[in-house]
Amino acid sequence: MAAVRTSGEVALNRVAIAAVIVITLVFLAPIYWIASTAFKPRNLATTIPPTVLFQPEVSPWVKLFTKRSQLRTQPTPEEYEAAPWWERIVFDGGEKVVRDGRGNVQWSAYPDRFMNSLIVAITSTVLAVGMGTFTAYGFSRFKMKGEADLLFFILSTRMLPPVVVAIPMFLMYRMVGLNDTHWGLIILYTAFNLSFSVWLMKGFIDEIPKEYEEAALVDGYTRMQAFFKVVLPEAATGIAATAVFCFITAWNEYAFALIMTNRRAQTAPPFIPSQVGSGLPDWTVIAAGTVLFLLPVAIFTFLLRNHLLRGMSFGAIRK
Amino acid sequence: MATAVMTRLDPQSRAAARGWSDLTIRNLFVIPTILFLIVFNIFPLIYSLGYSFTDFRASTNAPANFVGLQNYRELLNDPFIWSNFAITAKYVIVSVVGQVIVGFGMAMLLNRDIPLKGLLTTLLLLPMMLSMAVVGLFWKLLYDPSFGIINYALGLGTFEWLSNPNMALYAVALTDIWMWSPFVMLLSLAGLSAVPKHLYEAAAIDRAGPLYTFFRITLPLVAPILMIAIIFRTMEAFKTFDLAYILTSQPTTELISIRLYKMAFQEWQTGRSCALAYIVLIMILAITNIYVKYLNKVKER
Repeated sequence: MAAVRTSGEVALNRVAIAAVIVITLVFLAPIYWIASTAFKPRNLATTIPPTVLFQPEVSPWVKLFTKRSQLRTQPTPEEYEAAPWWERIVFDGGEKVVRDGRGNVQWSAYPDRFMNSLIVAITSTVLAVGMGTFTAYGFSRFKMKGEADLLFFILSTRMLPPVVVAIPMFLMYRMVGLNDTHWGLIILYTAFNLSFSVWLMKGFIDEIPKEYEEAALVDGYTRMQAFFKVVLPEAATGIAATAVFCFITAWNEYAFALIMTNRRAQTAPPFIPSQVGSGLPDWTVIAAGTVLFLLPVAIFTFLLRNHLLRGMSFGAIRK
Repeated sequence: MATAVMTRLDPQSRAAARGWSDLTIRNLFVIPTILFLIVFNIFPLIYSLGYSFTDFRASTNAPANFVGLQNYRELLNDPFIWSNFAITAKYVIVSVVGQVIVGFGMAMLLNRDIPLKGLLTTLLLLPMMLSMAVVGLFWKLLYDPSFGIINYALGLGTFEWLSNPNMALYAVALTDIWMWSPFVMLLSLAGLSAVPKHLYEAAAIDRAGPLYTFFRITLPLVAPILMIAIIFRTMEAFKTFDLAYILTSQPTTELISIRLYKMAFQEWQTGRSCALAYIVLIMILAITNIYVKYLNKVKER
């Protein structure tokens, strides 16, 4: 902006700064509320007026990872004393930790669902970015008949509503036994992210001067060597940014996961809402699960902050 | 810069003499992706096109009977489907207009020297990166009439957001506005920062008022990027499923994606849902087409 001169402009600037700060706080309030609920005792999660100041607890986190059942009889003082700290927390909440026949503590479904999310998101990201980078190079450096049409075709596959694609995919997966499997989701997410990866990577590769490769070719490299030894290292930042975007998309995806999985391969997004039944949900446990689930994305968003614009606009706008 | 530097596919080139030819490499790099997308995106669509002319139900073993255009005819004559489309249109308009007003407003505020601007922008962008389904779920708690913080903060008493059929759609749109206004802000900021400073200086010399400057300089120059944001959000809002499905189950919030989901996976009217999917698909392709044409036009500049 032009240098601030008059006192009126100074005042205007101050008002704008104040407004920006207030807006940021309002926008972050829901996220703060999730995070704070994850450390509340259960009885303070749903109070009137809302509880803002409280003694933070780890009980939601213990409950998040353990399978529990209602206490029928109070534990004896000896039992209570012998129990580890986390089991006492569960006792205090009027529940007990479920153990199998040999006395091993049973985990809740959450760690499994979280692992499923990791497996599916990471594998599909590697596949989509891997294939996407090669294809982007092909589009960026070589002439092709109907190139614009092919690129449009690639982009249009991304725009399909998930439910539209899910109906035939569900029927086909049922035939070949891919329903409720990791690979079923991985294939869907790879296809979904591939178009995005091609478009974004093409933008990054377009920016690498063609002269770099030509110099390598003159030096006796084959084109494949030039691609691997010259282009890929130059494109490293772009590849990383694209990978993070693909990961976040796969990590957050809900509709396909809801339709294609129900137990074995279910990821966290359909699982977390399914905990809210018709009864009174324990929001502290749901908040704990949500915080852990959102954490990787929050970290990635921070790392990705300089590429967000480019990624969110399919590489249409570059900074 | 935007147009790629092309290499001619010359079989006699020196590079081609060693290793694979450029043609081979191009095909090797491009064809697998195209095939993958055909197998997992186009083939399923052809498959469902076939089913859209049948009375197939995936929940039974009964063979599918060919019924011709009956599914399409019945769907297009079904007032309930039209009301689903009307709800979707209302939702798209409310949420996109909201996002443009809030997002563009935020960009105007942020487009100046502000301490910690980078940090504030990153924090503001956080909501749109998070999972709609999971964060949307938490808005159920925020909207709760008795102990939700929204009613408490606004002093609304026990105002019903999600269980009031007339309010629920707006509540869903409000959550969407919270998530996606930062997207419009991000694109608008890019547009605003690209407006040449000398235009503002010239306007100041000419003693142009702030309104005149805004409508004659700022808005026309930001419009192309803002348009990208609008088309993109329109497309996404049209497809909305997660947020509305998780927040409410009111008939007044039954967007077309939700109707499609219910028809296919709860009522198991597979054949008919394939037909509805095609109707939706054609609409999406039309919007996508507009979007891509516009993108290319903007890129050329």
